[in-house]
Amino acid sequence: MGANSEKTKRVLSHAEPLVRLAKRSDMPASKAWAIRVASIVAALAIGAVLIVALGHNPFSVYADMVKGSFFTKTSRVETIKIAIPLLGAALAITPAFKMKFWNIGAEGQILAGAIAATYVALFWIDKMPRPVLILVMFIAGAAAGGIWGVIPALFKAKWGINETLFTLMFNYIVLGFVRYLQNGPWRAPASSFPQIAMIGFQSRLPKVFGVHIGWIIILAITVAMFFYLKYAKQGYEISVVGESVKTAQYAGMNVGWIIIRTMFISGAIAGIAGFLIVSGEDFTLSESTAGGVGFTAITVAWLSRLNPFVMVFISMFLATLSKGSNTIQTNFKIPASAAEVLTGIILFCMLGCEFFINYKLIFRHRKGDEAGV
Amino acid sequence: MADELNAIKLVDITKSFGNVVANNRISLDVRKGEILALLGENGSGKTTLMNILSGIYFPDGGRIYVSGREVTIRSPKEAFELGIGMIHQHFKLIDVLTAAENIVLGLPGSVGINRKALFAEIKELASRYGFEIDTGKKIYDMSVSEKQTVEIIKVLYRGADILILDEPTAVLTPQETEKLFNVLRNMKADGKAIIIITHKLNEVLAVSDRVSILRKGESVGTVDTAKTTQQELTDLMVGRRVSLEIDRPQPDENAVECLKIVDLTCKSPEGHRVLDSVSFSLYSGEILGIAGIAGSGQRELCESIAGLYPVHGGAILCRVQSQDGDYRENIVGMKPTEIIKRGVAMAFVPEDRLGMGLVASMDMTDNMMLKSYRSGKGIFTDRKTPRAMAENLIKRLDIVTPGVSTPVRLLSGGNVQKVLVGREIASSPSVLVVAYPVRGLDINSSYTIYDLLNEQKKKGVAVLFIGEDLDVLMELCDRVMVLCGGRVTGIVDPKSTTKEQIGLLMAGAGSGKAASS
Amino acid sequence: MYKFIQFICATILAGTPFLYGTVGEILTEKSGNLNLGVEGMMFMGGIAGLAGAFYYEKFTAVPIGGIAALIAVVCAFCCAALGALIYCFLTITLRANQNVTGLALTIFGTGFGNFFGEVLSSRAGGYVAVSAATKAVFNGNVPVLSSIPTVGKLLFSYNFAVYLAVIVAIAIALFLNRTRKGLSLRAVGENPATADAAGINVTLYKYLATCIGGGICGIGGMYIVMVTCSGVWVNNCISGYGWIAVALVIFVTWSPWRALIGSFIFGGLSVLRYYLHLGLNNAQSQLYDVVPYAATVIVLIITGIRQSREHAIPASCGENYFREER
Repeated sequence: MGANSEKTKRVLSHAEPLVRLAKRSDMPASKAWAIRVASIVAALAIGAVLIVALGHNPFSVYADMVKGSFFTKTSRVETIKIAIPLLGAALAITPAFKMKFWNIGAEGQILAGAIAATYVALFWIDKMPRPVLILVMFIAGAAAGGIWGVIPALFKAKWGINETLFTLMFNYIVLGFVRYLQNGPWRAPASSFPQIAMIGFQSRLPKVFGVHIGWIIILAITVAMFFYLKYAKQGYEISVVGESVKTAQYAGMNVGWIIIRTMFISGAIAGIAGFLIVSGEDFTLSESTAGGVGFTAITVAWLSRLNPFVMVFISMFLATLSKGSNTIQTNFKIPASAAEVLTGIILFCMLGCEFFINYKLIFRHRKGDEAGV
Repeated sequence: MADELNAIKLVDITKSFGNVVANNRISLDVRKGEILALLGENGSGKTTLMNILSGIYFPDGGRIYVSGREVTIRSPKEAFELGIGMIHQHFKLIDVLTAAENIVLGLPGSVGINRKALFAEIKELASRYGFEIDTGKKIYDMSVSEKQTVEIIKVLYRGADILILDEPTAVLTPQETEKLFNVLRNMKADGKAIIIITHKLNEVLAVSDRVSILRKGESVGTVDTAKTTQQELTDLMVGRRVSLEIDRPQPDENAVECLKIVDLTCKSPEGHRVLDSVSFSLYSGEILGIAGIAGSGQRELCESIAGLYPVHGGAILCRVQSQDGDYRENIVGMKPTEIIKRGVAMAFVPEDRLGMGLVASMDMTDNMMLKSYRSGKGIFTDRKTPRAMAENLIKRLDIVTPGVSTPVRLLSGGNVQKVLVGREIASSPSVLVVAYPVRGLDINSSYTIYDLLNEQKKKGVAVLFIGEDLDVLMELCDRVMVLCGGRVTGIVDPKSTTKEQIGLLMAGAGSGKAASS
Repeated sequence: MYKFIQFICATILAGTPFLYGTVGEILTEKSGNLNLGVEGMMFMGGIAGLAGAFYYEKFTAVPIGGIAALIAVVCAFCCAALGALIYCFLTITLRANQNVTGLALTIFGTGFGNFFGEVLSSRAGGYVAVSAATKAVFNGNVPVLSSIPTVGKLLFSYNFAVYLAVIVAIAIALFLNRTRKGLSLRAVGENPATADAAGINVTLYKYLATCIGGGICGIGGMYIVMVTCSGVWVNNCISGYGWIAVALVIFVTWSPWRALIGSFIFGGLSVLRYYLHLGLNNAQSQLYDVVPYAATVIVLIITGIRQSREHAIPASCGENYFREER
């Protein structure tokens, strides 16, 4: 071919696309985490724009959130109290998510655990000494949460029923049951308002360093969960099932049983979180006992990339947001649901940033160049 | 001007995926009214190059000329506009739609679809080249060759005059292949330019006018078909002289029956019989090949033997060695763990390596322990033994990997297969079932796998080999069993049978009681 | 008989938000996007619709109910479509996990709705409500025809949003099954690689279907605020509706025709207790409110057990598409 064709008019010719994508697998972990942290900062910046739009100074609002969460002993205790069930629920979700079983029923499993623990506290309080009573509450909470988690797992294992919606609907069902108890059988007779009586002192958790011992229990579960997933045979099974059910079957794993067993563990930990709320924090059962913790926990679990130790920090971070949003409601008249909006934005940014970890952008005429964040 | 005759001319096309250079400055051209064979081993970059031409991939560099004009192809749609149509190896059809719906998919036109006119148009087009097609049939009800017909008509309907066929014969019987070649010759006479991607030399010689050969992502030359030989093509393709022969050691003289299948019947979830009264025996120290067009029950056969597919009727009898002498165990209805517990030493290399045989995102160590992680006391896993095993395999089988902790999905196809076969062989099985073990592998890796299988055969292992390339089956196996529609249509001795005879059995000729060797 | 007619009317009114949510999500899932953020988009649509109508009334000397209603619909559609656009950008362009992105959208949308609901309330002096004229439009009926005895009551006694929902459902059914573009959309949802190879702009189809689907869900949210809650913002007013809609999509096996039936069955279930004199006390009625959720679970189980190839989820649903995947 000669100069002739070079001169030929490019009728169907088009420019190269402005930007193209290519997969990559070579990013070091440290850089990946840096990108994730940067995305949280970006989310806070977007939040700042929102705050400015409402006519406030974002720096003083954020500063107030931190102050409100940490500057006094009471506020610190409050923040940790918010973080405990959040971390508990996130840990509960972790094995299920690792298995790619989308358990969004932690909310309901928390309530189931709370109902069982409250039952023990209300009706068996005279029958046993305090340590035994608390232990029985703990076991009852775990068992109830576990059973509530196992039901969707049974249907998933046997017929492949979509677990996302199943676990979700179970939240509403157990919530309806709590409302029923609150309005009917368990309603405190003395109260003019439909509510359940406070549980006796006997059934309340003791305190260590000003916070109920739930924090020790939850940190113990954190460590246990880390080792369970990373080193235990059952943890290995969970990973394989999560990656490929076909491979798990090929390896001779009983996939149905693994799903059921894992969901029992998942539900049980959520149930323990429910017990901690009743016995350590609220001292009663109400429709707001779980209060959305089960949903926020999904955020925590995902932001931590299912790493239990990272979860400790993320749940503290979100607890700060939540506690801080109460402060700014008082100080700036910004509605407390700002915390949810901010959580949503952070989650969006975190989800989006994974793209920059997994792909690289190739711009026109600058072949080989990589795009940062 | 020569350029006017060139339907397509590629100059210096380059494309890489991550660190892998799939195409490195490749140039080739195709003339109108010509069939060009694009020959190369698996992984030599043929499909990548053609995907660039059809707008699926965008090249990193190089120029494309269509009928002498330089063009940029950014999407499949732009490829169509240039008259380029590709028939992919894995058909790009939508199962729940009908043939006609698949054919008009994505084309501009009236808001609604006039089905009657469309059906007539398609029928007319099909008859012009000698096809038969049922326009209203859903794809999931179709056989492989029917699907291929839909694919070709789809491309023709779009007015393509440059057709690219990626491994079109891989799933066809020899007879269907001949029919397809006739259609291609008709199209060539019609002035269309055709590129056929293949790695089968006899087909290259049978149908093409010229051959372009790729090796490791680079083009190594173009030759006239009439002036070349199989050996020359192979040498160009592999880059050095290779023997085309596959070793076939003598089978064991004192063979014992390791596996006996009696009237095995399986049903698909929809209730069709995917295996219908299959009976055969597998002896120690032999390789029994299974031939058949895709979807004839090969997968179900392997998986039912491995305890992964529900069995509807019949028996699978395995020989178990014990101190009190050997006995047979019927493993029908047992789960894989149970089969192992009963002392049946069986290994299975499934067709879907990364989706079934291995966990793609886990490293070699974790993949080594896939079947053995239960061993050892306590609730924690032992990672020392599998790690040692992984390191040993890397050394013994020359597995190319950055290390034992690299996820296996990052390895090349050949190395992935070595990991899988290596693990299965390490369990010292007495029965080894391998499904399509060389699919997608380059020649070197393929020969490594053949050698490994022969090594097992010499050790007295009974090997069941599911293959798709008849030439390989006939050279490697001691006996070949042919499946068609879930039935055994014959068990033959490849040394005294022709390819055409096997082809007829694949198409359903012969009966279930065909002579066994 | 009169009681029965009233029950049917209540059923239709209660089923309409489900219909919007279900049809919107069907359109979304047909493009291969499993958007679990229906609830969030409904919240966004709900608050935007209310805010739109409210501010129109505030800044107009003589507000007209019909225009306020129209503004509410448009605002709801746009705001929810914006939510869906975030989802699209994350899953289609940035290829984030669809499940988690959907959940994030629900968290975000719920917060968004409640947050602006409260902001609006505090700006309006503690309580935000639309004018009586606008309320009348949302409680309206078809003039003249609705006065026909029985038939008029059964067919013509609803507000415009009910008819709009039915029209949208039918339009989408016809679009999916009868048009070229509908065929292309189904192809995208079934097998994006094939659709791409056939020259269909997969990204565009996914974006459009998901955003329009999200917008339709948003109108459902507006309906809840304007009709069910009579034009007043109540925190967490949408709680659960969006999720039931997601489940209904499975129940009606991705068919807008069957969505018409399914949505009204659920509408009927949620109002049934007001028409059956069961003599429930307060506590028992709390239990009764669980019925739609329990019914959803049963529906999930039934549809899960009898699966067929024709009426299955679009094959690529939940997975993101990258053309150069190897």
